[in-house]
Amino acid sequence: MAELAAQGRSPEVLFWVGCAGSFDDRSKRVTRAFVKILQSLKIDFAVLGTEEACTGDPARRAGNEFLFQVQAINNIQVLNGYNIKRMVTTCPHCFNTIKNEYPQLGGNYAVEHHSTFLQRLIDEGRIVLKEGGTFKGRRITYHDSCYLGRVNGVYEAPRAVLAALDADLVEMKRSRAKGLCCGAGGAQMFKEPEPGKKDINVERTDEALNTNADTIAVACPFCMTMMRDGVKAREKESEVAVKDIAELIAERQGL
Amino acid sequence: MLVQQILFVIILAATGYVVWRRARGIARNIRMGQGELQTDRPGERLRNMLLVAFGQKKMFKRPWPAILHFFVYIGFLVINIEILEFIVDGIAGTHRIFAPYLGGLYPVLMNIFEFLAVAVLASCAIFLLRRNVAKVRRFWSREMTAWPRLDANLILTAEILLMIAILTMNAADQWLQVRTPEKYPASGTLFFSSMLMPLFNEMSTAALVVTERVAWWFHILGILGFAIYITYSKHLHIVLAFPNTYFAPLKPRGQMKNIEVVTNEVRAMLGLGDAPQTGAPGRFGAKDVNDLSRISLLSAYACTECGRCTDECPANITGKALSPRKIMMDTRDRMEDISRSLAKGGPGLDDGKSLFGDYITREEINACTACQACVEACPVMINPLEIILDIRRYIAMEESGAPAAWNAMFQNIENNFAPWKFPPSDRFNWANEGSRTQ
Repeated sequence: MAELAAQGRSPEVLFWVGCAGSFDDRSKRVTRAFVKILQSLKIDFAVLGTEEACTGDPARRAGNEFLFQVQAINNIQVLNGYNIKRMVTTCPHCFNTIKNEYPQLGGNYAVEHHSTFLQRLIDEGRIVLKEGGTFKGRRITYHDSCYLGRVNGVYEAPRAVLAALDADLVEMKRSRAKGLCCGAGGAQMFKEPEPGKKDINVERTDEALNTNADTIAVACPFCMTMMRDGVKAREKESEVAVKDIAELIAERQGL
Repeated sequence: MLVQQILFVIILAATGYVVWRRARGIARNIRMGQGELQTDRPGERLRNMLLVAFGQKKMFKRPWPAILHFFVYIGFLVINIEILEFIVDGIAGTHRIFAPYLGGLYPVLMNIFEFLAVAVLASCAIFLLRRNVAKVRRFWSREMTAWPRLDANLILTAEILLMIAILTMNAADQWLQVRTPEKYPASGTLFFSSMLMPLFNEMSTAALVVTERVAWWFHILGILGFAIYITYSKHLHIVLAFPNTYFAPLKPRGQMKNIEVVTNEVRAMLGLGDAPQTGAPGRFGAKDVNDLSRISLLSAYACTECGRCTDECPANITGKALSPRKIMMDTRDRMEDISRSLAKGGPGLDDGKSLFGDYITREEINACTACQACVEACPVMINPLEIILDIRRYIAMEESGAPAAWNAMFQNIENNFAPWKFPPSDRFNWANEGSRTQ
């Protein structure tokens, strides 16, 4: 972004990568898959690179309002400094915070989650998926991210993206508004679970495995980690893949 | 008759006084909370109230209990129209005063009331079976101790008895209409209670008069007793569901409330604004009920402990200590304990106890995934998450008592601008790694 700004240019859309997408090895692959899609469509985008910082979401949900506000106000300074208007992100937690919490602190952006972004590209015919591709006969189940679905009401976009793959979509019993959390929300990602009978991600993974899907599709980096850990706990890594919706589109496109 | 009239007026006035005093106490408890109840965007609020409370929209996510509950709800609303006649009759010493005025409409209304009475009776019986025989999980979880379980059973039993009283009264009355039509105006044939008439076939007219009177008094005393009882019970939702859905916050679901004092301080610290005004900033987050918002306190009284929140809570499902319903029950219990203490001249809030610590434990608060399943599940728009997050703020900011792993995460964000321990200079490395891994 700094380079574009130095050239006096401003991108059509800013891709907010998020901490997981920047640092977590598995999520970095999602970041790259999404970037490949953007590049293949010659979409004019930029990233903040090293100028990006945590939105503050985990700090806020863990109770540290002060730290959240420091992060938020600093990020808003940077974003407003570059006169950013439109953003897209692959993380529902970043999406929620930027969409619903930054406006109160002076940050107003048209921010989208990559599920709705990809759905629009498909609807507009910019992403063309030819019929009968590699996904014919594959079974995919979509795990709803709480902060995308229940919190922001985005249930259909990720499903529409998956439907375009020409695979068999199967639903878990608890889906959409009743979707069961992966166990990572509310900053649980950053601590061990409290004592209980079962780990939440294993409970959810069992439900996903019960659908006999070969792929568990996710739309959130934390869900990705939790569902992968769940699949590992059930020793199903060789049979069941956990993939972000962007990776599936990139794969289908041969990117 | 005059004795009955005087007695009725005294009992009615006494009930009114007791209910008024309880209502005042509850309002005082709710006013312990922070801020005002929000009244902006009245159109949207009215819509929420009409759809969710009046229209029971969110109940119908579980159709079977919703239908049964709908009968009890409609029965309660409609049969209470009949209570109007009871009250007028009770004060004026008349009998079925509306019958002559309503003419042909009266039997129609009475038959509707009776149909609803039977529907309420059947629904309550099924509810009792669901709770006590089928033992639906959400009615037996840890926080459903002896009193909450008894409270629910008392309410259901009382409703059944009240409905039986109406039907008994009408059956006896229909015999009296035959035997002494000059004193008992015709109500027309009442479908359900007329089926009970053979039971009273052998009774003398005097015994029928007594039966009718006893049933009448039982019903009206039952209703008045019920009015007092619900102010101590989870059943208060029949009243407070309405204000609770009206005053429920309209902000986006994913938005936590902003702490303005912190914003000012951070802006000043970053050189973006004037130094914050001095003066006590108050407590950050919530330790006790008086730190919570008023809507959270109103919600605690509006909760009827149905447990749909707990039933959908991922932490609870997997055996953690957290139950969103318990959060609401604890909040109400704490308020009631405070007002009981004050009534006895005790210390109230300053009794050395607090909501967090003595009622709600750290383990419960730390188990929440903020997934909002509880918020989505509540049929009357209660938000247990708001209380949990308020308490988390208290723990993190006032006590510095967040779990060690969270403190480490805070430190990482502070130093590296990411929740993990990676140097910020590595943030863009994903772009270069791509060509290597692919």
